[in-house]
Amino acid sequence: MSEHYVILLVLVPLLASPLCIFSRNARAAWGFAVLACLTSLYLVFQVWAEVMATGPITYHIGDWAPPVGIEYRVDAVNAWVLLIVAVIGSVVAPYARVSVEREVEAGRIPLFYAAFLLCFTGLLGITVTGDVFNVFVFLEVSSLSAYGLIALGQDRRALTSAFRYLIMGSVGATFIVIGIGLMYVMTGSLNMADLAQLLPQVWDTRTIKVAYGFLAVGVFLKLALFPLHLWLPNAYTFAPSAVTAFIAATATKVAVYMLLRFFFTVFGAPFSFDVMRLDMVLLPLALVAIVTMSLVAIFQVNVKRLLAYSSVAQIGYMILGISFASVTGLTAALLHLFNHALMKGALFMCMGCVMYRIGSVHIDAMAGLGKRMPLTMAAFVVAGLSLVGVPLTVGFISKWYLILGALERGWWPVAILVLITSLMALVYVWRVVEVAYFQEFPHDEDTQEAPWALLIPMWALVLANVWFGIDARTTVASAEQAAQTLMGGAP
Amino acid sequence: MREQVIVRVGAKVLVPFIILFGLYVHFHGDYSPGGGFQAGVILAAAFVLYGLVYGLDAVQRVLPPAFVQACAALGVMVFAGVGVLTMFLGGNFLGYGVLAHDPEHGQHYGIIGVEAGVVITVFGVMVSIFYLFAGRGRRSG
Repeated sequence: MSEHYVILLVLVPLLASPLCIFSRNARAAWGFAVLACLTSLYLVFQVWAEVMATGPITYHIGDWAPPVGIEYRVDAVNAWVLLIVAVIGSVVAPYARVSVEREVEAGRIPLFYAAFLLCFTGLLGITVTGDVFNVFVFLEVSSLSAYGLIALGQDRRALTSAFRYLIMGSVGATFIVIGIGLMYVMTGSLNMADLAQLLPQVWDTRTIKVAYGFLAVGVFLKLALFPLHLWLPNAYTFAPSAVTAFIAATATKVAVYMLLRFFFTVFGAPFSFDVMRLDMVLLPLALVAIVTMSLVAIFQVNVKRLLAYSSVAQIGYMILGISFASVTGLTAALLHLFNHALMKGALFMCMGCVMYRIGSVHIDAMAGLGKRMPLTMAAFVVAGLSLVGVPLTVGFISKWYLILGALERGWWPVAILVLITSLMALVYVWRVVEVAYFQEFPHDEDTQEAPWALLIPMWALVLANVWFGIDARTTVASAEQAAQTLMGGAP
Repeated sequence: MREQVIVRVGAKVLVPFIILFGLYVHFHGDYSPGGGFQAGVILAAAFVLYGLVYGLDAVQRVLPPAFVQACAALGVMVFAGVGVLTMFLGGNFLGYGVLAHDPEHGQHYGIIGVEAGVVITVFGVMVSIFYLFAGRGRRSG
């Protein structure tokens, strides 16, 4: 049975999704979603433990051997990303019930969970597969369901932002499939491991260089790298709170994984960095993203939008780590994938609690909330400190490795810039803290603490922020092993 | 179009043949051009034609919107269900070889099985899209 875990972790949420539609009942659909997410988490955990202990696992769909058939292949890199997606899904699904009842039309709630599970399936599928076309298929599964989820937001602007995301996301997906098509033309293969063998013989051809360009731009759109990030702030701002927490913590992370997979495993680090000079593209874009987006975040009045811009800046840190093209840099990027998922998940869940009680996430509406909703705002403070990178939180661990990576390359101005932008993060987190703790609550009606159903999943993530900030052995070891796998060194 | 006798009678005659052709495209999909997607679209076309000629209410009496939506979900269950069945029979996911004594027959059964899932989903989605567009303006106006 355990050899089927790799496929079952995708199948369970896929099969639970139609059950949500059949049930036509909000509570039952939520039950299916939670059950499916937890089952997937269990399977992912088993797979991760096995990969860590004994090395990569492969699974041949339909008993067709690769490179002809579709192969699912899990190594240290995607085991790590699977874990991120499954953990966040399993925390957001229990959180969603109360939040979604408040924010989504009652008749649409079963459909909401169906789309949520499809999105979860798609993200796990992209990560688990070893076939480039299968990546595209799952990318569409996750993206299309994400557009639907965002459009379910209360605000009418949710529709336009979902549509905008649809246009940009479809352009990205099209570029990716063009890139895959061009690789297929030159090599006749879609299997990642097989492509890695065949591509070096055709490196010099213009077709492969064009394929590389299409893939790069397509993936950059999906992960919202700086000039291609315009879909992200509105989509995050107007989506239902649970959706924002889920997508912010997983979708862009999986896109970063795609970038790593395509450019390190399929094309190989030598081609990416010596021939195509990918670092010369990534480094400036990452730096501009970090500085400008942190600056823009400081001036936002909608806190969800503030956090969305901060996400674009944080993606910049991951890309910065990748642009170092070293094991330390990649470790930093992979650590930040996990750590950023923990902190942004927690922060957006805080916004969900605020939305639940006061119906707004405008910064002025949050005045005095520190006294009214002490647990929610305390969670915001801890997760916010983690975002800044204060010691004893996960944010510190990723910044530490990022600065190590920069110094290793001798790029000390980059290291200083990372420190300065951390202070900028402190400014925008502080703005919220100041309003919540040092201003009087203007309303007379007694606003209470958010319900436990929201607080428990949120605090689980907040405590994880602290736990993995103090004891980072597991996370660092996993990220390091993944980084070495990507750079082609012995694990 | 409800007054046009030729259109009404023509549509009524055509609908069963369109459905039959859809089934042919599905069951012959493993040998000849065709398959689940095409078959699902052809089946949906029969009901779209009926709806265009006799009106949305008439076609929704035959296929209620809730049923069509359930079809869209059911197909996914059928497709993945075939895959799960092969796993129970000892193969990998979608490893059709284990479905019959002769692996070659197993491949046929498996493909027809998963394509039946595709037919149901595509049919459900196509008819849903038709309902949504045909129903526009009714609710608002």
